[in-house]
Amino acid sequence: MLRTQGLRYRYAESGPELAFPDLRVDRGNELLLLGASGTGKTTLLHLVAGMRTPDFGAVTLDGKAFSALSTADRDIARGRQMGIVFQTTHFVRSLTVTENLALARTLAGLNPDTGRIENLLTGLGLAHKLDARVDELSMGEQQRVSIARAVVHGPGIILADEPTSALDDANTDAVLDLLRAQAEEAGAALLIVTHDQRLKDRMAARVELTLNPTAS
Amino acid sequence: MKSAHLARRNVMDRPLESGLSILLLAFGVGIISLMLLMQRSLTEDLDRNIKDIDLVLGAKGSPLQLILANVYHVDVPTGNIPLAEARKVMRHPYIAEAIPLAYGDNYELFRIVGTEPSYHEHYGAGIAEGRLYEAPFEVTVGAGVAEATGLSIGDTFYSAHGLTDGTDVHRDRAYTVVGIFGYTGAVIDQLLLTPIESVWGVHEDVEDADEEITAVLLKKKNPLAILTLPNLLRDTPMQVALPAIEMNRLTQQFGIGLSTLRAVALLIMGLSFVSVFIALFASLRDRRYELALMRTMGAPPRRLFTLVLFEGLWMTVAGIVIGLGLSRIGVVVLAGALADRFHYDVAQLAPVSGEWLLVAAALGVGILAAALPARSALRIDISNTLGQGR
Repeated sequence: MLRTQGLRYRYAESGPELAFPDLRVDRGNELLLLGASGTGKTTLLHLVAGMRTPDFGAVTLDGKAFSALSTADRDIARGRQMGIVFQTTHFVRSLTVTENLALARTLAGLNPDTGRIENLLTGLGLAHKLDARVDELSMGEQQRVSIARAVVHGPGIILADEPTSALDDANTDAVLDLLRAQAEEAGAALLIVTHDQRLKDRMAARVELTLNPTAS
Repeated sequence: MKSAHLARRNVMDRPLESGLSILLLAFGVGIISLMLLMQRSLTEDLDRNIKDIDLVLGAKGSPLQLILANVYHVDVPTGNIPLAEARKVMRHPYIAEAIPLAYGDNYELFRIVGTEPSYHEHYGAGIAEGRLYEAPFEVTVGAGVAEATGLSIGDTFYSAHGLTDGTDVHRDRAYTVVGIFGYTGAVIDQLLLTPIESVWGVHEDVEDADEEITAVLLKKKNPLAILTLPNLLRDTPMQVALPAIEMNRLTQQFGIGLSTLRAVALLIMGLSFVSVFIALFASLRDRRYELALMRTMGAPPRRLFTLVLFEGLWMTVAGIVIGLGLSRIGVVVLAGALADRFHYDVAQLAPVSGEWLLVAAALGVGILAAALPARSALRIDISNTLGQGR
């Protein structure tokens, strides 16, 4: 599903260049990207998601060039093929929970399919919050909704940025299970980026980023 | 979910900021539209009364006064002229139609005008009740007079001397109401018409030469009349005035007041532009994450641009609709306040041609005010916005 090759990125002309190991995740598989703060995990995630353009190297989705696309084309391709769970949850404030998910489907070029959205939310224990405004939800509910939004359009890959770092052990397990279950159901690949060492024991396939990779 | 729908939800999600922008725009549009509506009904009112009257013959004095007194019946006459002299002009070959008017007294401040049937025929006034005056001291009253005074057929009354004073009542001879005219929308509704002889006081032995009238409304047969008649009257106590020209002069004087109002309205429109602009900018600053998020969910920058543009457009359209509604409520209220002189008419609520221009201008203002914030939506760096550091 996702492959990266020789990704390198430099924030400022004079700044250090970040060089990243190559990644590969296929549908139905998962990958943990582990690294301490400052190792460029979020940068790598944003390069993978096409939110930044790498200075060198390439990202391909299903064998097709992704990082080489124009900004607008990358936005469209990302919307269709990726589901992203951000560290901080963000929603469209003026819309209800159901409408936020419908928006994700519409932007991915699909029909809203309210029935599917309701099933998904019910499965996540949010049946009573379908028409609630997002700012009426608890933090835990918001995170579940943001996971639901990442899978509601049937993406090929789910990217999760620090999904567990703010949670206790019990909830960490619950969220990981939830992500895995949703990825499995959607037939998607799962890429988790985190500094949370607790996930190390639960995910076999992982890449560790080290501090100060290549200072060229 | 369509951009237009999401834009509407976003606008409604910030009721105070959006409401202020909408209100300012509504007031700007409303005031300008109210001016256009009032201007139209004023112009139509003036034109309805001029109706094919090319020239007015009367005593020398202010030409505007002559017109105001004899066409609109709002000012005092410039004086009287001998009927014998006036006849020379009335029979001039360049003149197609001549309607003599003789000012008499008033009844409860409504003017009694001595004239001939050609006068009410000219304004297309039909008889609603009773019949037309025939003998001296018979009157047929205008619809507005009948409504205001309650005069009905068979009533008799004494006139008061002059035009503006109801105190000095003539007790010598009473007028009898024989008929009521239908409503015309012209000033004839506010008059009581009677044969000229009533005004002369029915001295049946008076010589033709001593008879005086106040003015003659003239319709020209030949355009040269406008050039010829003033010369012809140079050495007489008479003059002719052109209603169209005099009223043009008057409305231009009026124009000063209207242009001040227009400047105020344009100022309000300018403020609403700034308000829409600021409302959207502030909203976008608060919603940076939201817009970046929509990019990650598959909305390319141009779609965000359209979204913000739609938000501005919603506020503008709401402002325009409310503004046009307000101006019509304004017309109804004003018409109610001026009910005596100004008859309420549903046609006054129909769109004025200038309003299309107003709507186009307001839409332009809204789109322009939204375009600049929308452009900033194009430039959002989604990685920095959502990344919270590296």
